[in-house]
Amino acid sequence: MRTVVSLMLIAIVAAGIIVSLSQAPVGAEAARQEGRLKQDDVNFGRYYNNRALEETGAANVVASVVVSYRGLDTLGEVAVLFIAALGVATLLRTKQERKPKGEVEQASLIVFTGCRFLFPLILLFAAYIFAHGHLTPGGGFQGGAVTASGFVLIYLGCRGRAVGAKQLSATESLSGLVFVITGLVGLALGGSFLLNFLPRGTTYALFSAGVIPIIYIAIGLKVSSELGGIVGTLAGEGE
Amino acid sequence: MSFLENYIHYLGSFGLILIGLYVVLVKSNLVKVIIGINLIDTGVNLFLISVGYIRMGTAPIFSRATTTAEGMVDPVPQALVLTAIVIGVSVLGLALSVAIRLYGHYGTLDLRKIRDLKW
Repeated sequence: MRTVVSLMLIAIVAAGIIVSLSQAPVGAEAARQEGRLKQDDVNFGRYYNNRALEETGAANVVASVVVSYRGLDTLGEVAVLFIAALGVATLLRTKQERKPKGEVEQASLIVFTGCRFLFPLILLFAAYIFAHGHLTPGGGFQGGAVTASGFVLIYLGCRGRAVGAKQLSATESLSGLVFVITGLVGLALGGSFLLNFLPRGTTYALFSAGVIPIIYIAIGLKVSSELGGIVGTLAGEGE
Repeated sequence: MSFLENYIHYLGSFGLILIGLYVVLVKSNLVKVIIGINLIDTGVNLFLISVGYIRMGTAPIFSRATTTAEGMVDPVPQALVLTAIVIGVSVLGLALSVAIRLYGHYGTLDLRKIRDLKW
């Protein structure tokens, strides 16, 4: 009964999608075939692609959209991430009802040795990703996800080496503070929040694009510590 | 053939969304329901990316080899999805912690056996 009702509901949703999408051309490819992609006022992705390099100085257009044009949105998204991490901690870090689960099984020799060897390299790679976010594919969010994968490896292989919850939350608060203060300095100097007030520098150089690398590194540290905290709480390292 | 070539990613994304919807509606194990929610998330991300895709387009990143904006795909959906993936991971963590709490309270993950959640 439940399956039949669900299948009918899914058929209705699928019919709705097909009807609504088959009536009008969807997406950038359809717009290009109709010749509308050349107009800047129709397609503002096109506008960003044409202007971003001279306006923000960042070679990666996605980075300048995330940090510069839509920086306030990104602040909101980081806040969503923070609230999710807070929810996980609130749900799982209560003292009562936590019974000892017995001895944690020791990881095998390969995982144990591999995690001690690989964890610094993973952190180095993540730092490279979020420091070069304005030049190459990558950025704060991706680098944070890479760091979180390193934390998963730590909790699988060598639990004794885990980073403490206090250090994680200190890193998280400090990097969030850096993000907001950089935005407020832009507001004080030029009259708009998250204004790019630093010099643009040479294009394709590491120290270029003004505040974008600073904010991206702050986002990277914040996402790293939040995802690391989530992984640690789920792995029961919370106390 | 040309229809398939043009719309294969849309078919894939809506296929993922519908499969995820099926899993959410039919399965009774809470972990499977969470996996279904994640499938829907992936489908929506794929849909957003493919809206901005141009055939034979390149990534919207300038380099010494790519100095003009000609042929670059739309950067806005990519920026949206980039954050949406990370938020999806954290929401997955939140859902799993709710599942852990429910298991601690009811002793089961079967939604049909948990009181007040029947339909």
